[in-house]
Amino acid sequence: MRRAPSVLSALGTALAAAVLLLVAIAALWPGLLATDPPNAVDPAQALLGPGPGHWFGTDQLGRDIYSRVVHGARPSLLLGLGATLVAVGAGAVLAMIAVVGGRVADEIVMRLTDVLLAFPGALLALLVVAVLGPGTGNATLAIGAAFAPGFARLVRGEALVVRESDYVRAATVLGYRRAEVYLRHVLPNALPPLLVLATLSVGTAVLAGSALSFLGLGPQPPSPEWGAMLSAGRDLLGSTWAIAVFPGAALTATVVCVNVVGRDLRNRFEGRRPGAG
Amino acid sequence: MKHDPDSEPDAEPGAPSAGGPGAPRGGGRAALARWVARRLLLAVVVVLGAATVTFGALRLTPGDPVKVMVGISAAQNPEIVEQARHETGFDRPLAVQYADFLGDLARGDLGWSYQLQESVPTVIGDNLWPTVSLTLAGFALAFLIAVPLAVATAGRRPAWRALSSLLELVTVSIPGFWVGLLLLTFFSFRLHLFPATGGTGLSGLVLPAVTLALGLVGLFTQILRDGMARALDEPFALSARARGTGETAVRLRHALRHALIAISTISGWTVGALLTGAVVVETVFGRPGLGRVLATAIQNRDFPVVTGITIVSGALFTLITLGVDLLYRVVDPRLREAPA
Repeated sequence: MRRAPSVLSALGTALAAAVLLLVAIAALWPGLLATDPPNAVDPAQALLGPGPGHWFGTDQLGRDIYSRVVHGARPSLLLGLGATLVAVGAGAVLAMIAVVGGRVADEIVMRLTDVLLAFPGALLALLVVAVLGPGTGNATLAIGAAFAPGFARLVRGEALVVRESDYVRAATVLGYRRAEVYLRHVLPNALPPLLVLATLSVGTAVLAGSALSFLGLGPQPPSPEWGAMLSAGRDLLGSTWAIAVFPGAALTATVVCVNVVGRDLRNRFEGRRPGAG
Repeated sequence: MKHDPDSEPDAEPGAPSAGGPGAPRGGGRAALARWVARRLLLAVVVVLGAATVTFGALRLTPGDPVKVMVGISAAQNPEIVEQARHETGFDRPLAVQYADFLGDLARGDLGWSYQLQESVPTVIGDNLWPTVSLTLAGFALAFLIAVPLAVATAGRRPAWRALSSLLELVTVSIPGFWVGLLLLTFFSFRLHLFPATGGTGLSGLVLPAVTLALGLVGLFTQILRDGMARALDEPFALSARARGTGETAVRLRHALRHALIAISTISGWTVGALLTGAVVVETVFGRPGLGRVLATAIQNRDFPVVTGITIVSGALFTLITLGVDLLYRVVDPRLREAPA
């Protein structure tokens, strides 16, 4: 069992939450934090180092890197959040098919997830992008598809537990239709425990999304998505280090904070559930 | 890139993720044979599944897959398209195509890349060694970093463990391609110690291997440390200490051996992380290899290459995880008895 969180780790969680709030503001209202529009080109100011006018310097087209990093929060987070949503949604549908459909459906879904989980997830995501083609939406779907089998197994496990609970039996005895019992009682009660896992997955999904963009398979230029910016920075390393450093720092800080908050949530949640952990 | 929630480093460090179904219940050779048979069957299903998915994927692609395959410039010429359609068998019924596909696969014929103008097995053969050397070096390096860290911090003062946990948090949260970029910025462009791109010699291997290794170090350290902490609480550790064996010797000779076995529980995650890490690392460092060929092939929608590399790496992945699981079952008799 984990011990009670110390003052230090509580402080860490608070700090992480504060950083995430800042990232959320950047994603929702980038204009509040950015000093320039993300795609304002100014060739006279190209490839400047960090300084008072441009805090993080400028890129080869004279665009302000700080403003692009701020504007990059939205596409980067959307990719991670969208992929997690796709994974939870697809996982829940698969799990419900397994739970509602009886033994044959359950066996088929479970063996399918066996095979998918026995295969490296990133390779699965790459394969989906290969079929659908590069782009923001397709990259989101690809990562969601790679995460879905894990969620399907977890939702199924929870749903099987919930199905045996008294209130579900009561609903069945009262003569509610099967579909109604499953949709109104089993599914809603099987989902909450997964929110913790979903939070932790957002960090991994943001990383996976930025990796796909870095490979040129996600959001396309001139999107200020962090992975795409780093990919451009790779080609400019000979002349400036700024584009290769700042978007990566923003990305890493975001993922570290998501993981810190996610772990804190998990510890609290497991503490409240007897026998879990 | 790290993936499915099950193998997420946080999920269950101690739980076997590659143990798979069908653990033997009773002891003995028959049970082990049954376990191997089930795992082999699963391996065949996985590879066949991967092959079927790639086959189906190509047919589900929006637009004319033949035009996509021959490339944009050649697609302008209807003669080339029709010839390619006939050569690839796309003009025949789906069931015949599938049977042909499986037959070709059984003969090792993975098709022809229109982008690279080479047969896919040749492409894979030419690029296999750089990737294998990179992943082996990365794996070995991750071990060399994780073992001393775990030996030094297991069961020690909380401050050490906190520091080590912080390191683990950072290594699971930091994108590998950014680590690569930072190393390139500093060591190649500032200090000019290593080649910035395409180095295939030993000096060109250093930075890519370090980048790949850092992605593994966090989870390796965590699992080794947990395994060592458990082993240090066992009666055999106490009896070794009672015999007067020094603390370092207890850790190295007794506890570490047990902890190393714990690493086998994440062999599937490790191989997956190495395979996909290679894609990113080879792209960052401009290194030749299967990963970079795969990334380029996806961008160019060079399907035969994508299909070929997916099937080959899927097969390698299942074979390696099966081999590792089997090896550890032979080495550690307890694993043969215990349900995985």
